[in-house]
Amino acid sequence: MNTSLGQPNVIAIAGFFTFVALSLVITYVAARRTRNAEQFYAAGRRITGFQNGMALAGDYMSAASFLGIAGLVSLSGFDGLIYSIGFLVGWPIVMFLIAEPLRNLGKYTFSDVVAFRLRQTPVRIAAAIGSLAVVAFYLIAQMVGAGNLVRLMFGLDYEVAVVIVGVVMMAYVSFGGMIATTWVQIVKAVLLLFGAFALALLALSRFGFNPLALFRAAADQYGGAVLGPGRLVSNPLDAMSLGLGLMLGTAGLPHILMRFYTVPDARTARVSVAYATAFIGFFYLLTFILGFGAMVIVGQPAIRAIDAGGNMAAPMLAEAVGGQAFLGFISAVAFATILAVVAGLTLAGAAALSHDLWVQVFRHGKASEKEQFQVARVSTVFLGILAIVLGIAFKGQNVAYMVGLAFAIAASANFPALILSIFWRAFTTRAAQVSMLVGTASSLLLIYFSPAIQIDILHNTSAPFPLRNPGLISIPLSFAVAIIVALAWPEPAAAAGFAEVERRVHVGVDEGVADSHLSR
Amino acid sequence: MSLPDFRQVDASRRRVAGALTIAMMVIYFGFILLVAYAKPFLSQLIVPGMSLGILLGALVIVAAWVLIWIYVRWANTHYDTAIDAARGRA
Repeated sequence: MNTSLGQPNVIAIAGFFTFVALSLVITYVAARRTRNAEQFYAAGRRITGFQNGMALAGDYMSAASFLGIAGLVSLSGFDGLIYSIGFLVGWPIVMFLIAEPLRNLGKYTFSDVVAFRLRQTPVRIAAAIGSLAVVAFYLIAQMVGAGNLVRLMFGLDYEVAVVIVGVVMMAYVSFGGMIATTWVQIVKAVLLLFGAFALALLALSRFGFNPLALFRAAADQYGGAVLGPGRLVSNPLDAMSLGLGLMLGTAGLPHILMRFYTVPDARTARVSVAYATAFIGFFYLLTFILGFGAMVIVGQPAIRAIDAGGNMAAPMLAEAVGGQAFLGFISAVAFATILAVVAGLTLAGAAALSHDLWVQVFRHGKASEKEQFQVARVSTVFLGILAIVLGIAFKGQNVAYMVGLAFAIAASANFPALILSIFWRAFTTRAAQVSMLVGTASSLLLIYFSPAIQIDILHNTSAPFPLRNPGLISIPLSFAVAIIVALAWPEPAAAAGFAEVERRVHVGVDEGVADSHLSR
Repeated sequence: MSLPDFRQVDASRRRVAGALTIAMMVIYFGFILLVAYAKPFLSQLIVPGMSLGILLGALVIVAAWVLIWIYVRWANTHYDTAIDAARGRA
């Protein structure tokens, strides 16, 4: 099949500039309403449940999902589904265990919750390290995806594309803060859901709108094996490790957790997770149709010829069923997706640097609103530059796999400390600190010693750690050290503070807005 | 609010949230274990074009929706009422 991928597509470029212009308009409007730290980090807590549901979906449905999973399914069939499902099942966990307590106990970041009844400084430092590690891996994945997309669709250089994404995102995060980021997420979520749905419908129209006819065509063409588990999960322990990381990682992603502070109260947080899960589940069901659609309509050889990882399967399908114009639209949507996710990540990273490290650690909670706000903006610019540098340095990495690692780090570094601080009376400062640091360090080390780095990148013949994803070891390890340390060195003051946690978890602060002093 | 009231709300929230969390984990890891250890079982076709694996995979997503729906219903009726009652007595 012929494809115009790799040559500039006028509609894609026009669509991209329209989205950038739109997000700058949103930024301009938002900037006039962003005058203090609460507006910058939490959009003034005025976002509704439906809006936050859309924004959560926007933050979560990254290009790695759209392009990566569609590509994975198109090349390996059923195996790609494991990612689709794993990315969704984290949401019920967020709903049942995290969303409402998080909103009731914190102010801007999840470390507010962990530090609530513990000693601020050590917890904040450890939480910031964990958050920044997650944000960095996630950013690498998005920036690499952005670079590849633009190179293939707009005919620009990879490096130029990475710089453009970084600069635009820096502009709208530093001026528009959470208000701009939220509205960009909402616009992007609508575009992505609409685009993916339209693409799935167009693909299904070739099969009488019957998904079974599509799957049957795939089985006829590539053999029945594409409908069942295959070589991607050759190692059962690897499948478990990936699954555990995907499921628990969602509840430890700083940019997702931060969104729960943009709504007025815990009930609204609950409603927003319900909407988010509905949208995200629908989207992941669509990735199935898109993947098998690309497999049958575009064909595996053509997909592989453009990108060995299959990342261009969805755009190629768009061109096959809707022509150049639709390809342009889908490309612009994919690009908007990356831009929006990068913005959410940068904002979360900036909150870790300014709210957790600068204000709470260096200034002991005594920074003025103005100072806090300025530090947040400077952090944004710093992270934007870091994202550009990392994006260029990690050129050529596999996007979906990198996101899987970010999830595993989040599940090991942040999730155990967060859950134990909410639900376990005997949890202590030292336990939180050790759990977050061991979670971060062990997942990073195991990634370094995994086959993905040792064999694929360093070209060694074997790897000391056999699994490609560290979750199966690093998550239980992080829980274990937390529990052992808490039991070995009790902290009576922290246990005494738990009564207030138990009350706040349910009622929050009576005004519906968290108060300014979080230490006991 | 008197502490015993609030302890009761806390206990029921832990029970419901805990049970739903375990349900989701059992469903999901059940699926992952089948993927890892029962490949031929999942590969069999129920009807032409639909393997058991694809059906169960889609059902895991549906199960997540259903569990969330159960939680929201419980929270909107029982939990919120109990919290409001406890607050009213504070």
